[in-house]
Amino acid sequence: MKNLFRISFFVIFILIFNINSNAADKVEYLKTEWSFKGPFGKFDRAALQRGYQVYNEVCSSCHSMKYLSYRNLVQRGGPEFSEAQAKAIAASFEVKDGPNADGEMFMRPGRLSDKFVMPYENEKAAQAANGGAYPPDMTVLVKARGGGVDYIYSLLQGYEDPPAGVTLDDGVYYNKFMYGNKIKMSNQLSDGLVEYSDGTDATVEQMAKDVTTFLMWTAEPHLETRHRMGFKAIVYLIILTVLVYFSMKKIWSRIETKV
Amino acid sequence: MSEHEYTPKSKVGKWFNDRLPLLTLANHLTDYPTPKNLNYWWTFGGILTFCLITQIVTGLVLAMHYIAHADMAFESVEHIMRDVNYGWLIRYIHANGASMFFLAVYIHIFRSLFYGSYKSPREIIWIIGIIIYLLMMAAAFLGYVLPWGQMSFWGATVITNLFSAIPLVGEGIVTWLWGGYSVDNPTLTRFFTLHYLIPFLILGLVVLHIWALHVPGNNNPIGIDIKKPSKDTVPFHPYIVIKDGFALLMFMIVFAFFVFYTPNILGHADNYIEANPLVTPAHIVPEWYLLPFYAILRSVPDKLLGVIAMLSAILILAALPWLDTSKIRSAVFRPLYKQFYWILVADVLILGYVGAMPAEGLYLLIARVATAYYFLHFLVVLPVLGFKERTMPVPLSITEPILGGSPNLATVKNKDGLKNQ
Repeated sequence: MKNLFRISFFVIFILIFNINSNAADKVEYLKTEWSFKGPFGKFDRAALQRGYQVYNEVCSSCHSMKYLSYRNLVQRGGPEFSEAQAKAIAASFEVKDGPNADGEMFMRPGRLSDKFVMPYENEKAAQAANGGAYPPDMTVLVKARGGGVDYIYSLLQGYEDPPAGVTLDDGVYYNKFMYGNKIKMSNQLSDGLVEYSDGTDATVEQMAKDVTTFLMWTAEPHLETRHRMGFKAIVYLIILTVLVYFSMKKIWSRIETKV
Repeated sequence: MSEHEYTPKSKVGKWFNDRLPLLTLANHLTDYPTPKNLNYWWTFGGILTFCLITQIVTGLVLAMHYIAHADMAFESVEHIMRDVNYGWLIRYIHANGASMFFLAVYIHIFRSLFYGSYKSPREIIWIIGIIIYLLMMAAAFLGYVLPWGQMSFWGATVITNLFSAIPLVGEGIVTWLWGGYSVDNPTLTRFFTLHYLIPFLILGLVVLHIWALHVPGNNNPIGIDIKKPSKDTVPFHPYIVIKDGFALLMFMIVFAFFVFYTPNILGHADNYIEANPLVTPAHIVPEWYLLPFYAILRSVPDKLLGVIAMLSAILILAALPWLDTSKIRSAVFRPLYKQFYWILVADVLILGYVGAMPAEGLYLLIARVATAYYFLHFLVVLPVLGFKERTMPVPLSITEPILGGSPNLATVKNKDGLKNQ
């Protein structure tokens, strides 16, 4: 048994060692409470719905969300809009479909099965409209950045006047959390920018938190299922391990050697 | 197995067994005499078998939904994560499973190093093990390319470019590997094919590995030859089966923790950005389990010599049974070797750490010293130690030490004594 603890210790040591060595650049991000962190973490439904509103009214004019469909908005564990609400959201977008019987492409209102409509025709068009920088797709953005949600949350609030000695080109902004501090996206959030339908005060901090929560969900739509299932799986494994441990003791007691 | 005399009880069983002796094999596997003093470090063989099967089963399901095309691979992975039933679970098990596989294999290898399991008559088991390890690294690297993220693409570019270090034909070989003039769709499709093939090669080698093990039988913590079967052994079933099962469950708890609560912590964030040949990531780093070798590669200023050093670092292990000149297997009775062993462990961990850091300044210096020490350990320390070291007296059997009053009497009688050495 003692040996076993030693092995576990060794294993954990290696893992922690490795995790630390992966975290290369360390910046102190702004901290906030995330409801989805921890083994029982769940999304805050209202925050997801508000986050969608911020994405839709602010981010979506430049950032695509190409792996998400309108039907996902209804899904369990997500913002859980009602089906009618999601249908209305989808219908508010024009989707290119076709070709029809005449061989023509045509526009029609969106349906639940459609993917989120892209703000630009293609990557080149997106670059042309944004001073050469491609606004990254936001579906898995949280997972594609080292600091994850804390990074995105901080970045949205990290705009500052450049310190003395730093000159910025046209269309480049200073952000203390951006890698290299130079970012081509201007400050997007300002107090009262959106009007939340649930009456929440739309401060910059609130909007940053809501939209980041929404982005966490778009990146990990099955997070709640994962947490729930993980808890059950681990409890099951622990109980089984204890049972097997005592069976082992019993079996090995037939011979004098200790296990 | 040849010494096995076994007759099935039932008539049908006997009829079948005379034609294909599978029942004899099953009987051999259950009765297989195993040293009774094996500690938990020995349970990783079973754990590794579990890892291999997990990877194959989850991999099969993933392959049903994955699309090996440069324009669709990334999207198909997102499709698996979002729309395939429990696709996220299967993919996270597969991705973290690779890390868990390597964690277990490193423990398994270092257990061999500590207890001298590679020494005569177990050289073939050891060499097959090294080949399995090499194939595992190949499979892991190929698999990491498949999601076609930024790290996939640039990792593939860096590693395949290593072949260009070969004089004269290097460039040609790289073009041949790529199937073009850069890492692109042809590279992806062949990597997928090979990634699918290699696990089955590993499976075949694992069978040979176990077969070769069953000829001399297991080594054990005190590293002596034992009579089989005897008072020193227990039948594999149920004693070892239940113990391996218990250890496997402990391992699965750690595994489950990663899969369910931190599924992405062992991967690199850049791999959630779709591959872009026009944008190079700030730091290109391999997965954690390849970092020590990456550090060795980068510590040599010349490209060709760096590649040779990296390959030698692995292949030198195959020569270990002959580099280690000591007649005593277990480090328990080798006071000096035991210290060098732990220095080697620390050395490899340091190499892993600097492998993750940029190759410059102090990190580069540390990497060079650690690389030099790695080779020094195998090429100088081990051969010399065999002649110079004053080893402790070795008991003659596990249960009945006849070295009354010797300092290791406690060691032999009581497994806890081993740890206090």
